[in-house]
Amino acid sequence: MSTPEAAARIVGSQPLKDRVQGQLFRFALLFSLAIGILSLLTLLIQVGVKGGPRFGADILNSFPSGNPDTAGARSAIFGTIWVISIVALVTIPIGIGAAIYLEEYANRERWWNRLIELNIQNLAAVPSIVYGILGLAFLVRGFADLGQTVLAGALTLSLLVMPVVIISAREAIRAVPDSIRQGSLALGATQWQTIRRQILPGAIPGMATGSILALSRAIGEAAPLVLLGALTFITFNPESLNSAFTVLPIQIFNWISRPQEEFKILAAAAILVLLIILLAMNAGAIYLRNRYQRKW
Amino acid sequence: MSATEASAVSTSAPRRLETARPRYGELLIQGLLAVCALVSVATTVGIVIALLEPTIEFFGDVSLKEFFTTKEWSPLFSPPSFGVLPLVTATLTITFWALLVCIPFGLGAAIYLSEYAQPRTRSVLKPVLEVLAGIPTVVYGFFALTFVTPILQDIWFVGEKPQVFNAISAGLVMGIMILPTVASLAEDAMAAVPQDLRAGAFALGGTKFQVSTRVVVPAALSGIVAGFVLGISRAIGETMIVLIAAGGTPNLSFNPSEAMQTMTAFIAAAGIGDQPTGSVGYKTIFAVGSTLFVMTLVMNMVSIRLVRKYREVYE
Repeated sequence: MSTPEAAARIVGSQPLKDRVQGQLFRFALLFSLAIGILSLLTLLIQVGVKGGPRFGADILNSFPSGNPDTAGARSAIFGTIWVISIVALVTIPIGIGAAIYLEEYANRERWWNRLIELNIQNLAAVPSIVYGILGLAFLVRGFADLGQTVLAGALTLSLLVMPVVIISAREAIRAVPDSIRQGSLALGATQWQTIRRQILPGAIPGMATGSILALSRAIGEAAPLVLLGALTFITFNPESLNSAFTVLPIQIFNWISRPQEEFKILAAAAILVLLIILLAMNAGAIYLRNRYQRKW
Repeated sequence: MSATEASAVSTSAPRRLETARPRYGELLIQGLLAVCALVSVATTVGIVIALLEPTIEFFGDVSLKEFFTTKEWSPLFSPPSFGVLPLVTATLTITFWALLVCIPFGLGAAIYLSEYAQPRTRSVLKPVLEVLAGIPTVVYGFFALTFVTPILQDIWFVGEKPQVFNAISAGLVMGIMILPTVASLAEDAMAAVPQDLRAGAFALGGTKFQVSTRVVVPAALSGIVAGFVLGISRAIGETMIVLIAAGGTPNLSFNPSEAMQTMTAFIAAAGIGDQPTGSVGYKTIFAVGSTLFVMTLVMNMVSIRLVRKYREVYE
């Protein structure tokens, strides 16, 4: 017997006013939740209906062109692969390193360690376009002077998603119980041996999940790259770090901004490619979390 | 270990629990990891320097008074006019419509997930909301322009119909985009409210509605407000939705059916224009960027403070 039934038996049922009020409130809450979920469904269906018929091998095999019937997103897909690979190589080691430092070494009594923490929390909420400004001023022009290249774009996105990697890696490390640390140290392991052989193996599933989610954010990000000047007509795949490039969200934005309906349909088809990539990554992250997450 | 040995150990001078010689390898690793953590500090310093220098140069040419009080923004016309006001009002207008969606519905969804949903239901619905948060903003922009705007044009019943580019569809879709952020922070805060408070309120005869709205929500208020503030910060900083759906004309107006250009959309548009380094057009990017950065920084700090407040009380 559930608690409300038991209570009803003892004190009688609620007054009508309370019951009506309760039902109305419950309905309003469900409605709130439905707004989010129905919007998601509508968005997916709309993109599917609009882009579905145009979706096909063309999108993957053809380069962008002025003719919407034959144009594809090949250079953008390759650009995305290049950029994301570099982002992964840069952010994952540095982000996890920073997380290990903050969780295992940093003394929270020291003001500079607290400052680093506060700084990371704030960086996670800085608008992405501001990272674009940073990239424009220091990476594309100025100090590094890389020009509008794969490397400049990838480094900008790396800085953008770094806080996400750090925050999720810290959570994964924190989930490893202290008893494991103390046990390892008590057996005479050094601090690094403890981290390397006890903590990291336990935290890797959580770190992998967080890193994949961070990368999927970088894949969908367009604003900073627009500012870097990646919005150019690119009909070739990147060949090196110094190539000019375009990525899927930028190509999609380019097509959306054209007045012809055919290009909007093309944009919808490219959005389908982007969403399929993201969905696969998200599913991978959830699988890793469920399959390998250890309960201590 | 025999008893005599044990007593011998305990009577000798206490041993220092430090290694006999420094472990340079360990120190090296610690140093490398600290450098990783410092990358984030360098990023912040980089952002501040990147913004500050051109901004100072910009305000050498244009007075602060002109920037914040002139009502027209046309930096590339001649004669140019540098009044940031139209960009700020556009940002605020669109933020308002976004908040109108994400605050009530985000809070409602959070209360449902935290107080009403069965654990099984929650474990299905939460990931769905997370997917909503993971959709790229350029896709939301597409949705606003090609789906929401035509519908609004059809059903509009007061004043003039929304233009092809308009503030309201960008704002409403942005609200949907931010909803999971608001809901997730609010739900975290409500989950941290101790069960005793709920049990006490039920024992006094409170209904589920009363316990949710008069005990749990007030107890979690600082965390809920933190979610709202972070939502505002995200709305102010969002770029692609407004760039795609709200248009590119600076417009000092609060009329949601008109096209307007936000601060972020201006920065992006100026970037597309590929301004030569050192030109006035180039410097405006940084002046507007600084304004944006300061506004979001204040919001983020308030939000971080508020989250810390409820953590201190309940955890």
